[in-house]
Amino acid sequence: MAARNWIFAVAVFLSLSTFSSAQDLQIVNAERRIDLSSHIVKAFLTLKVENIGKDPAADMLLAFPPTQIKNLAMVQALAVTGKKKKKIYLPLDVKPSEQPDAPNDAGYFLVSFATPLGPGEAVTLEVLYILTHSLEPFPVEITQSESQLVYYRDSAVVLSPYRIKQQTTFFKTPSTRVESFTSVEPANRAGKEIKYGAYEDRAPYSYAPVIVHFENNSPFAVVEELVREIEISHWGSLQITENYRLTHGGARHKGVFSRVEYQSRRSISGSSSFNALLAVLPPRVNSVYYRDNIGNISTSHLRTGFKKSELEFEPRYPLFGGWKATFIIGYRVPLEDYLFEAPDGRRYLNFTFGCPLVETIVNKLTLKVVLPEGSKDPSAVLPFAVNQDLQVKYSYLDIVGRTVVVLQKDNVVPTHNVPFQVYYTFKPIYMLAEPLMLVSAFFFVFVTSLAYVHIDLNIVKK
Amino acid sequence: MAAVESLPPGTPSAMRNAFGTVLSALILVLIGVLAFSIRLFSVIKYESVIHEFDPYFNYRVTQFLSKNGIYEFWNWFDDRTWYPLGRVIGGTVYPGLTLTAGTIWWVLNAINIPLSVETVCVFTAPVFSAFASWATYLLTKEVKGSGAGLAAAALLAMVPSYISRSVAGSYDNEAVAIFALIFTFYLYIKTLNTGSLFYATLNAIAYFYMVCSWGGYTFIINLIPMHVLLCIVTGRYSPRLYIAYAPLVVLGTLLAALVPVVGFNAVLTSEHFASFLVFIIIHVVALVYYIKGILTPKMFKVAVTLVVSIGLVVCLIVVAVLVALVASSPTGGWSGRSLSLLDPTYASKYIPIIASVSEHQPPTWPSYFMDINVLAFLVPAGIIACFSPLSDASSFVVLYIVMSVYFSGVMVRLMLVLAPAACIMSGIALSQAFDVFTGSIKYQLSSKSKDDAEDNTSTKNAPKDDASSGKADKGEEVAKERLSKKGKKKEREPAEKPSVKSKIVKKKALVLPLEASIVALLLLIMLGAFYVIHCVWAAAEAYSAPSIVLTSQSHDGLHVFDDFRESYAWLSHNTDVDDKVASWWDYGYQTTAMANRTVIVDNNTWNNTHIATVGTAMSSPEKAAWEIFNSLDVKYVLVVFGGVIGYPSDDINKFLWMVRIGGGEFPHIKEADYLRDGQYRIDSEATPTMLNCLMYKLCYYRFVETDGKGYDRVRRTEIGKKHFKLTHFEEVFTSHHWMVRIYKLKPQKNRIRGRVKKLKQKTSSGVSSKSVKKNPWM
Repeated sequence: MAARNWIFAVAVFLSLSTFSSAQDLQIVNAERRIDLSSHIVKAFLTLKVENIGKDPAADMLLAFPPTQIKNLAMVQALAVTGKKKKKIYLPLDVKPSEQPDAPNDAGYFLVSFATPLGPGEAVTLEVLYILTHSLEPFPVEITQSESQLVYYRDSAVVLSPYRIKQQTTFFKTPSTRVESFTSVEPANRAGKEIKYGAYEDRAPYSYAPVIVHFENNSPFAVVEELVREIEISHWGSLQITENYRLTHGGARHKGVFSRVEYQSRRSISGSSSFNALLAVLPPRVNSVYYRDNIGNISTSHLRTGFKKSELEFEPRYPLFGGWKATFIIGYRVPLEDYLFEAPDGRRYLNFTFGCPLVETIVNKLTLKVVLPEGSKDPSAVLPFAVNQDLQVKYSYLDIVGRTVVVLQKDNVVPTHNVPFQVYYTFKPIYMLAEPLMLVSAFFFVFVTSLAYVHIDLNIVKK
Repeated sequence: MAAVESLPPGTPSAMRNAFGTVLSALILVLIGVLAFSIRLFSVIKYESVIHEFDPYFNYRVTQFLSKNGIYEFWNWFDDRTWYPLGRVIGGTVYPGLTLTAGTIWWVLNAINIPLSVETVCVFTAPVFSAFASWATYLLTKEVKGSGAGLAAAALLAMVPSYISRSVAGSYDNEAVAIFALIFTFYLYIKTLNTGSLFYATLNAIAYFYMVCSWGGYTFIINLIPMHVLLCIVTGRYSPRLYIAYAPLVVLGTLLAALVPVVGFNAVLTSEHFASFLVFIIIHVVALVYYIKGILTPKMFKVAVTLVVSIGLVVCLIVVAVLVALVASSPTGGWSGRSLSLLDPTYASKYIPIIASVSEHQPPTWPSYFMDINVLAFLVPAGIIACFSPLSDASSFVVLYIVMSVYFSGVMVRLMLVLAPAACIMSGIALSQAFDVFTGSIKYQLSSKSKDDAEDNTSTKNAPKDDASSGKADKGEEVAKERLSKKGKKKEREPAEKPSVKSKIVKKKALVLPLEASIVALLLLIMLGAFYVIHCVWAAAEAYSAPSIVLTSQSHDGLHVFDDFRESYAWLSHNTDVDDKVASWWDYGYQTTAMANRTVIVDNNTWNNTHIATVGTAMSSPEKAAWEIFNSLDVKYVLVVFGGVIGYPSDDINKFLWMVRIGGGEFPHIKEADYLRDGQYRIDSEATPTMLNCLMYKLCYYRFVETDGKGYDRVRRTEIGKKHFKLTHFEEVFTSHHWMVRIYKLKPQKNRIRGRVKKLKQKTSSGVSSKSVKKNPWM
C-alpha cells in the first residue's frame, strides 16, 4: 500500500504571516469525506472554525488548489447550530473571491457568516463542493472486456489559509478494487473507504498530494452541450425542447466492439459502457418525444407521478468510452403550474434550471426562455451567476418576433437543478393578434374571390 | 344536391348553376382532404420520417438547396458519393421535386412558419396527391363532364397504386410527377377543346414542370404525338389540334433543353423523335388543308401530286439523316430503361443492374388487383363510354389507357402511370352508369305516378351521383355553346350536334326497369364501398411502412427493429467525418443522408464499373477484397444481415447480383463458382468460393456464438462454415438485432525488414502479377 511513498512530499506553501485576518481564525477540527463513486466527485467538508483574534470576523476563506478550481462546479456552505437532534442548517452566502497574494494560483471562495464571529466564538460549517472531470482514466484506452480504472488526485490534508488543529479525510471508492493509493502516514483502507489521518496541527497551506487509483465503472455521461428551449404560450402550455450532445467521458474504447460478447456476457463485457439514461421531468408532463435528427428513437419508457415524471430511455447504441450520441427530448407541461403573476402585475415563470438527466455533467448549458410575442422588460433571477443575453426569435406567424432570454452556464451538475424565475410584462390582448390575422386573411381571400366572380375582365363585350 | 332537386322548376338556371358550382367545389375540397389524409397512415402508425432509399437522396438535395440556395445547387459537385469520382448533382438530377419542396419551405419560412425541411419533404407527396386528384377532375371534366370528373377525382384520391408512391414520407419524383402528368394532359385536352393559344402556352409550361420532375416525361412526349397522329389518320384534323400540338413541341422542347439533366437529349435521343416526326406530318397536313381551302378541287389534285413527290424526297432525306444519327449510337439512341420497355427481355440480357431492381420486374396479376382493384373491371365500361360518342378528348384517354396498360405490363413501377388512366376511365364508367340508372328510375317513376311525389327514397339513394350527372350534361352543353360561339370549330359542329341529339334520344331509349335499376345502383354502391375498404386497407397496412424501421407484432407486443438508423447514427457520431464507407449500392443514399459519410457507390447506378468493383470485392476472398477496398481508401465496410431476426432482403440474398454485376466487368468472378449444382446455398454444401468470400465472412462472423449452431433464420439452415477468424477486417459495430454490421479495415501490417527481403525473391513476381489481375484498381 505504501508503494508510492516516494510521491509523499509535503508541499508547505509559504505561510504568509501578513495575510489579512487569516491568522485570526483557526480550524479546530476538519473532516472531509470525498465520494468517488460516480464521475461527479462530491466532497463534504465539516469545519469547526474558531475566532482566536481580537476582532469579530465576518467571513472566512475556503482555498482550492489550481487543478481543482477550474473543475469546481459548485460550492455550498451551511452553518450548523443546535445540538445533535435539533440541528438547524442555515445556508450561507458563498462567492468566489480573488486574493492578490494567493500562493501558487490557489483559488478562493469567501463564506460570509450569518452573524460575525466574535472573538473566542466557534461555529460549525458544512461545506459541499462538487468537482467534475476530476477522475482521469488510466489506462487511457481500454478494450471491451476491461473495466475502467481511474486516477483521482487530491491532497491528504485540507488546503486552507488557516491553521488546522486536527483533520481527517475519507475517500469512498465505488468498489473494493483499489489498485493503489499514496500513503501519507497514518493512512489505511477498509473495504470501500480509504482513510487519511488524523493529522494534528497542520500549518496554513499545507499540502500532501495523493493519488488514488481505483475501479470506477459508473456511467461517465457527459453532455458536451445542452440547449434547452422553454417556449411560453399563454394559450395554456409550456413547450420544452432539449438538444443533447452526449458523450462517454471515460476511458476511450479501443479496437473491436463485439455485439455477441456485449449481449451474452453482459457482466464482464463493456462494464464501463452505459445504454440507459434517466431523465427526471416535471409532473403532469405530456406529449413527450425522444428523437434525433434522423427520426424517433423507439426505446423509452415514461412513468408519470405526482411529484415527478421519469423518462427512462436508451440512446440508439450503447455508449463506450469516447463514443458520442445526439438526441432531442421534448415535452409539454401545463402553464398554470409554472407561470404566476407577481404582486406588481408582472408575470413570472418559475422553472427548474439545470439538466434533467440524473448523474450527468453538462459542459455547456444554454437555457432559452422564449417569451410570448409582445412581452416586455424581461429579467431573470437565479441563485448563482450565469451569462445572460437577449435574442429575438420568429416563430409561427410572428411579426415583431419573440423575446428570448438566454441563460448560459458552464460546468453544470445535478445540484444546479434549482428553481429560477423570469419576470416579464405581457398584455393579454396580444394573444389575439395571430387568430385575428388568420381570420382577416381568410376574409380577404373570400372577398377577392367574390370580387373576381363579379368583375368581367373581358376586353371585348360578348 | 337534394336542395337543387327540390327547387321549384321556375328557379332560374343561374341559381342552379351557382349551387352546382359551390357543391362541386365543396366536394373537390373534401376529395383533396381525403387524398391528403389517407396518406398519413405512415405518420400515425410510424413517424414523420423520410422513407426508403431514393427519398433520402432527394431529402439531402433539398437540405442542400435550402441551405445554399439555387445557384449553389446547380453547381453542386457532391464529393460524398461515388468516391473517388464524385457526382455533379445539379446536372444529373431531375430538379422538379427538390425545387418544389425547397420553394414551399422557403415560402413558409418567409411568413415565419418554421417547419423543418424534413417536415416539408415528408408532406410534399400527400399535398401533391390532392393536387393530382383536382387535376384529374379537370381532365375528366374536359372529357365527359364534371360528374365523371368528380368520380374520377375521388377514385384517384385513394387509388392504391398511387398511394404506394405518395404516402407521407415517400419523397420521390413520382410524388409531384403524377400531378404534372395529369395536369399536362388536362391542358392538352383543354387546348384541344378550346383552341386557345393561352392554354397551349400553359401546356408547354406544365410539360416543362413534368420534364423537371421525372424521367417519365417521355411518356407524354410520345403519347401526345401518337394521339395527334391518330386524329390525323381518322380524319379529325382541325386547327385546334394544330394549336394544341405545334406550340407544345416547339416550346416544350426548348424548355426541356433548359433542364440540365435533359439538355440536348431533348433533340438527340430517340425517345423524342416521334414528336418531331409528327410535328412535320401535322405541318404537311395543315398545309394540305390550307391549300385545299384556297384552291379549286381540280387545282388541288395537281398540287397534291406535286407536293407528294417533293414531300417524299424530303422525307427520305430526313429519315436517312435520322437513321444515320441513330445508328451511330450503340443503343440506337435509346436509354437502357426505355429499351427495356420496348423489349422486356432487354435488361435481363444486357444490363443486370436494371434487372436487379425489383420495381423493374414485370408485375403479376395479383399486383394489378392489389394496385387498382375494382377499377380493373370498370375500365372496359369506361372505354365503351368513351366511344359513345368519340370525341378528340375521349379518344385521347382511350389511347392513354391502352398505352399505359402495355407499359405497366412491362415494369411494375409503371403501374403508377396506369392508375390515373384507370381512374379516369372508371370515373367515366361510374358516372355514365349512374346517369343511366337514375335516369331510368326517374323516367319510370314519373311515368308510373303522374303526381310528382318527391319524398321518394330511391332518389335519395344516390342523390350526389344523380346531381353530378345532371351537372355533367350541363357542363357539356355550356362547353359546346362556348365552342359554337367562337365559331372556330366548323368541323366539329356537325359531329357534335347529332351527338347531343342522339344522347337525348338515347336517354329515352335506354330505359331500364325500375327494379333492375335500383339493384344495379345498389351493386355499384357496394362495388364502390369495396373499393374504399380496399384502399384504406392498402394505405394503412400495405404501403405505410417506411422500410428503414421495421416492426413485428408478436404475442408480447410490438417489436421495433430500428437497426438501420442505429448504425447510421453510430457511423455519423463515432467515425471521422472524411472516412469512406463501402457497402452494396442499396444503402448508398441512406449512408450519405443519415450518416453523412462518403460512400463508394449509391442508388444512382450511373457507373457500372464502380458498382462491379464493389461487387467484386464482396465476392472475393478476404485478402483480395482488402486490397480492393484499401485502394479505394475505404475505412469501413457495412453489410446488412438478416439471419438473426429473419429479415429477408439482406445482403446474402442480394449477393448473387453482386457476383453477376461484378462478373460482368471482371471475368475472374464466375457465378458458377458460387453455386452448387445451380443452387444458391450457404450451408455445408456450399462451394468453398462461397464460404470464403468476404460477404459470407462479414455476415456470419461469430454468428455461431449467438445460438451455438449458427442457424440462419432467413435461409432456414445452419451455415456452412461456423468458426473462422478475420485477418484483414475487424468488427467495430453490430446493431442490436445484428441487421447491420460494420467492419473496419485493419491497417497495413508493418513490414519486417528481414522477412520482406527473404520473401522477395520467392513471391514478388507471382504476387504482383496476381494482384494486377485480381484488383482492378492497382
